[in-house]
Amino acid sequence: MQTTLLTIVLLPLMGALIAGLFGKQIGERGAHGVTIIGVGVACLLSFQLMWGMIEGDIPNVNLTIYQWGTMGGLSLEVGFLLDSLSALMLCVVTFVSLMVHIYTIGYMKGDPGYQRFFSYISLFTFAMLMLVLANNFLQLFFGWEAVGLVSYLLIGFWFKKDSAVFANLKAFLVNRVGDFGFLIGIAGVLYYFGSLDYQTVFAQATVVAAEGATLSLGFGEWSAITFICICLFIGAMGKSAQVPLHVWLPDSMEGPTPISALIHAATMVTAGVFMVSRMSPLFELSTTALSFVLIIGAITAFFMGLLGIVQNDIKRVVAYSTLSQLGYMVAALGASAYAASMFHLMTHAFFKALLFLAAGSVIVGMHHVQDIRKMGNIRKYMPITWITALIGTLALVGMPFFSGFYSKDAIIEAVGHASLVGSDFAYYCLLFGVFFTALYSFRMFFLVFHTKERMNADTRQHLQESPRVIWIPLVLLAIPSVMIAWWTAEPLLFGNFFNDAIRVQPEHNTLAMVSRQFVDVWSFALHGFQTLPFWLMMAGLFTALLVYVIKPSLSESIANQFAPLKRLLDNHYYFDAFNQKVIVPITMMAGKGLSKFGDEKLIDGLAVNGSAKLVNAVGQISRKFQSGYLYHYALMMLIGLLAASIWFFWPQLNV
Amino acid sequence: MIGLSDYLFVAAILFAISVAGIIINRKNVITLLMCIELMLLSVNINFIAFSRYLDDLQGQIFVFFILTVAAAEAAIGLAILVALFRNRSTIDVEELNQLKG
Repeated sequence: MQTTLLTIVLLPLMGALIAGLFGKQIGERGAHGVTIIGVGVACLLSFQLMWGMIEGDIPNVNLTIYQWGTMGGLSLEVGFLLDSLSALMLCVVTFVSLMVHIYTIGYMKGDPGYQRFFSYISLFTFAMLMLVLANNFLQLFFGWEAVGLVSYLLIGFWFKKDSAVFANLKAFLVNRVGDFGFLIGIAGVLYYFGSLDYQTVFAQATVVAAEGATLSLGFGEWSAITFICICLFIGAMGKSAQVPLHVWLPDSMEGPTPISALIHAATMVTAGVFMVSRMSPLFELSTTALSFVLIIGAITAFFMGLLGIVQNDIKRVVAYSTLSQLGYMVAALGASAYAASMFHLMTHAFFKALLFLAAGSVIVGMHHVQDIRKMGNIRKYMPITWITALIGTLALVGMPFFSGFYSKDAIIEAVGHASLVGSDFAYYCLLFGVFFTALYSFRMFFLVFHTKERMNADTRQHLQESPRVIWIPLVLLAIPSVMIAWWTAEPLLFGNFFNDAIRVQPEHNTLAMVSRQFVDVWSFALHGFQTLPFWLMMAGLFTALLVYVIKPSLSESIANQFAPLKRLLDNHYYFDAFNQKVIVPITMMAGKGLSKFGDEKLIDGLAVNGSAKLVNAVGQISRKFQSGYLYHYALMMLIGLLAASIWFFWPQLNV
Repeated sequence: MIGLSDYLFVAAILFAISVAGIIINRKNVITLLMCIELMLLSVNINFIAFSRYLDDLQGQIFVFFILTVAAAEAAIGLAILVALFRNRSTIDVEELNQLKG
């Protein structure tokens, strides 16, 4: 077991090292060969593990591979925890990663950084697997930071582009804010539980909660568990791009499309969701934290979905859609429907990767034009891309029988059953989010693949279906986008697949309430036709059809009618402006103050130069004693001798 | 009767004079050397006085050694003086301040 897990994790690392360090020697074919073999084998082994776990041949494992240090009673370890949660993530990560690897052969063809790119995405796979398989907080944090680093490297992959460099810096800095919270959360865990090992911590969770430890933060008393959970969740807000730390994700689209699919849609951004699911024994103990999670998720789901409507860059539409879907997942976490969240994570990974890769295929065909206003009727030229994109879109909007329907419907139902503070608000956000999801998805779909051709003649001439290495991954991703839920919905959502990993308090168990109406996946989907989300989705579809296909002039007049709203959306709710005008100057001022006062005055001035000055001053005084005259030295000797003997004989003299 | 303390007084006075000579004298290095000799002699007196008082010959043997060393030291000291005078053409203590920091 240990060998299998180590192989899964280390093969991508090996691929990354070979492609990265010996890229010149092995050439392009060698680079994609070695990384694809590495990830491919990891993928096969993951599916084998998953199969074994479903069959019951493979038990859950929690093993320590290596202890790299002890500090007091604290042991710092590298270890693997294989249970339903990590097995599911293993499969999703390796499968999507494999698809993206294959796709990249076509997408990055001829790029001077070809080997570097393969090295990065393999490294990313390694880091993500470390994160997923971690059995302690420290390794989780390692994976967390490593995926952040690779994300930074890949957003700035085309480092000659100013906007890319700006975007990767932005991603890194915004994530720093989240990671700071995450680190404090881990420190809190260490402080209250005295351990970083998952099992030890989770076993003690109820005890610590019962003790009711509180801490005062200057604004009221906080229970320790709430504090820890909210801090951990702030980390998740950074990584999973929740309002207000979402600002980096749209800009991350500066990176090449394959990584937008892999990192910024399917896997890395879901790390926060995975982490909260993993911490379910902690989060369950704090309704305050759950409420917080729920509200943040709902806000993200609704308001980011709205932004998708006004974007004109094909990748940014998908990016805002990702934000919105992440909001759904997070809201599900808040409603204690961890299983639904993980389920949506999986289906979303497939259809969102599919949508991104389809967008990338269009971009390749259009010779790197990304503006959907300059596209149109691409269906005629790229039929395979068209059909796969249609499947992805239908799954995204939650058409019954498609995988996205099951996960999204379960989330909305579960949130509807939640009884936390703010759950009504969250429910309506998610519900109307469905309408806007359909609206922006079909807006993009129609504008790209239908309506009249708006590209210039030169581009049109070269427009053709992408090569095989590009469309095969599309097809392979389209299959699970449609069907994966047919077999997995029941065990994952309502069965006991996650029982070993996710702990839910009976009174929060919203999914159990949903499952009361559940008979099987077919009737669930048929029932879906009668529910409000379905009609909202259809309304979104027809609105998109009406406004963008049948009467394009309508979109203009609507935009004029709601000009203030349009301006608000065009400026992304002024989050960027707010950050630039308020947060950045304050941070800069604090930084300047610290550098001027803290660094120059305190450290340089007082500590470094100050001690030098002190030595100098002492020297200036003591050099006066060195007159050079022999008799002075003699006198000093004499005085010294006298002093020493008085000191020495003082007791006797007194007697 | 001349007792031990009288000898010790003489020795102490001699010692004090020689110390004063070393510190107060600002002119001549030869005087310095002579003062050091005087210091050693005062120590010798102490030795002999105690030797008699304690009826122990060791003290007197010590004095012989000290006298020998003092003679050797005086010879070296004078040689240094000559070398010093050749180099600096002065033996004025005021001007010998090369050790100044």
